[in-house]
Amino acid sequence: MTPDREVAIVAFAQTDHLRTTDEFSEVEMVMPVLHEVLRQTGLKTSDIGFTCSGSSDYLAGRAFSFTMALDGVGAWPPISESHVEMDGAWALYEAWVKLLTGEADTALVYAYGKSSPGSVRDVLTRQLDPYYLAPLWPDSVALAALQAQALIDAGHTDEPALATIATRSREDASANPHAQLPGARPQGEYIVGPLRTGDCPPVGDGAAAVILAVGDKARELCDRPAWIRGMDHRIEPHALGVRDLTDSPSTRLAAERAGAFERPVDTAELHAPFSSQEVVLRRALDLDDRVRVNPSGGALAANPMMAAGLVRLGEAAARIHRGASDRALAHATSGPCLQQNLVAVLEGENRA
Amino acid sequence: MTSAPAPDTLRAPLVVEFPFTRSLGPVQSAFLTGLRERTVLGVRTEGGRVLVPPVEYDPETAAELRELVEIGATGTVTTWAWNPEPRPGQPLSTPFAWVLVRLDGADTALLHALDAPGPDAVRTGMRVRIRWAAERAGAITDIACFEPSESGEAVTDVREHDGAFDDPVTGIVAAARLDYTYSPGRAQTRYLRALADNRTVGERCPSCTKVYVPPRGACPTCGVATTEQVEVGPRGTVTTYCIVNIKARGLDIEVPYVYAHIALDGAGLALHGRIGGIPYDQVRMGLRVEPVWSEDGRYPDHYRPCGEPDADYDTYKELL
Repeated sequence: MTPDREVAIVAFAQTDHLRTTDEFSEVEMVMPVLHEVLRQTGLKTSDIGFTCSGSSDYLAGRAFSFTMALDGVGAWPPISESHVEMDGAWALYEAWVKLLTGEADTALVYAYGKSSPGSVRDVLTRQLDPYYLAPLWPDSVALAALQAQALIDAGHTDEPALATIATRSREDASANPHAQLPGARPQGEYIVGPLRTGDCPPVGDGAAAVILAVGDKARELCDRPAWIRGMDHRIEPHALGVRDLTDSPSTRLAAERAGAFERPVDTAELHAPFSSQEVVLRRALDLDDRVRVNPSGGALAANPMMAAGLVRLGEAAARIHRGASDRALAHATSGPCLQQNLVAVLEGENRA
Repeated sequence: MTSAPAPDTLRAPLVVEFPFTRSLGPVQSAFLTGLRERTVLGVRTEGGRVLVPPVEYDPETAAELRELVEIGATGTVTTWAWNPEPRPGQPLSTPFAWVLVRLDGADTALLHALDAPGPDAVRTGMRVRIRWAAERAGAITDIACFEPSESGEAVTDVREHDGAFDDPVTGIVAAARLDYTYSPGRAQTRYLRALADNRTVGERCPSCTKVYVPPRGACPTCGVATTEQVEVGPRGTVTTYCIVNIKARGLDIEVPYVYAHIALDGAGLALHGRIGGIPYDQVRMGLRVEPVWSEDGRYPDHYRPCGEPDADYDTYKELL
């Protein structure tokens, strides 16, 4: 699709992602990143046309928990605001649509998750089919491990190759001051075989925020805006046993609709919380060795639930902002075994 | 007024339990009732595929699906994962393999547990059969788990089934319990610590200067941190109230009683509290009150009249 209005990511901020943040409530954790993106653009809360956030009550263990974090935005006088009970990447999608409709010229998108208060492996079982799956409490690592074994059986990867992905991700994260697990580390024991500690994401707390703006407004707010050339999200069939777990047709379709295959990208920020999922995504997106995958370290180095997908979009945009990329793909996922997938294509304007 | 250092953060266990009652609909009802009767049902799509576990709508075409078939209790592992440390609620408490099993006659796979001595005893393609739970109630857990079944050929006999059973299961209770350790953060920790000292503290917004009680660490108007602590009260003014006539379950307060908004002296907004020590029909806007602390002194149990003349409306009209 060719939108009538051009929309760009003009600012991005994230917290340091940490194993625990007992001293902060959600709003105390979110506020600094909100202030940071406003500072980067010089905008005030009252200048923002639309605000959208992503988070989950199941992480907080409280109903309507996002209303507390909303205090960090400054919601009086009343603002145009929305929330998705999903990763903030989907909040960004909603904001993008809002800007395309002409209802607003700027948007603030933020997302946060504190996994430390609960046991995130158990918490995530509650997003599963309540009739056939949830009563068995299959945790998130177990479901990813089923996918990893299917990939190994199909000959698409093996345990040493998975270890290489884990090592590369965390070595890349050494240059990322916000990462929770910077630097290569041992693969460790099996958590749920064939996945070892090193194949799994760290459990942690964190938040991220971006600002979107249209057309000349974006050029005014940012030296090199990251233009969203296309964005789409798709979902796999509900039941895991219906799917071919070695493939991700929803990612491929979303990428196609986002225009990812029209020209090569130089960077891909993939939301692959498990090393095995990078194998699936690379195949679905036809990424070869010429593409820089997850220079930030990716979700294996920091996986704040509900924010890690938005961080992928932010990292890809920030790379364009600083001139390290001209055309980047950003991907976000949600649900077990890459159930839902969002793909965005970001570009910087040609430099003189 | 002080700008106190952050005290040690409070922590407390927080348990969330919920027994969601869910209705099943015709296909899931037949499937789960079938499990109770040791009968495995699938549903046939227009394209002729048999989906197990069955769903009401075709995942590819969204066509409504109602054609049930009965299939076997043996099948083939399509992928697996060794679980060395079972977690609460999972099908087995000893190490086991998670498996996706394509039951004989089905075209899709069912997730469950496989009881096997170790990972070396499991492989993709292995033959398995259902081990039924001794007590069955019409739930996915009526399958206790799968067990290896290397002998015997695949029985791919698929029989039509009308899905009718005596006493069908029409709903399930999806019980869940999640354990958290709740930490309220710095602002609320300061508030709770002060309460334990029989003091009420708010926090002032550095931008609009409003004092929030209880403080949550941010000014919802300005979106900035509130860090300056301000002791408010102990006395305050009833700004508005209601009379509660129906007793809540487990409550040991006699009805009717009054629940009120109370603007503590120095606070920028009113908080909630019960009014005691005065007949319910004599509570009024402007009534001056003071806190009565709970027996363990950790929070105001209620507020009672303090004997001062009523406050003038103009002094609290902005706090209604």
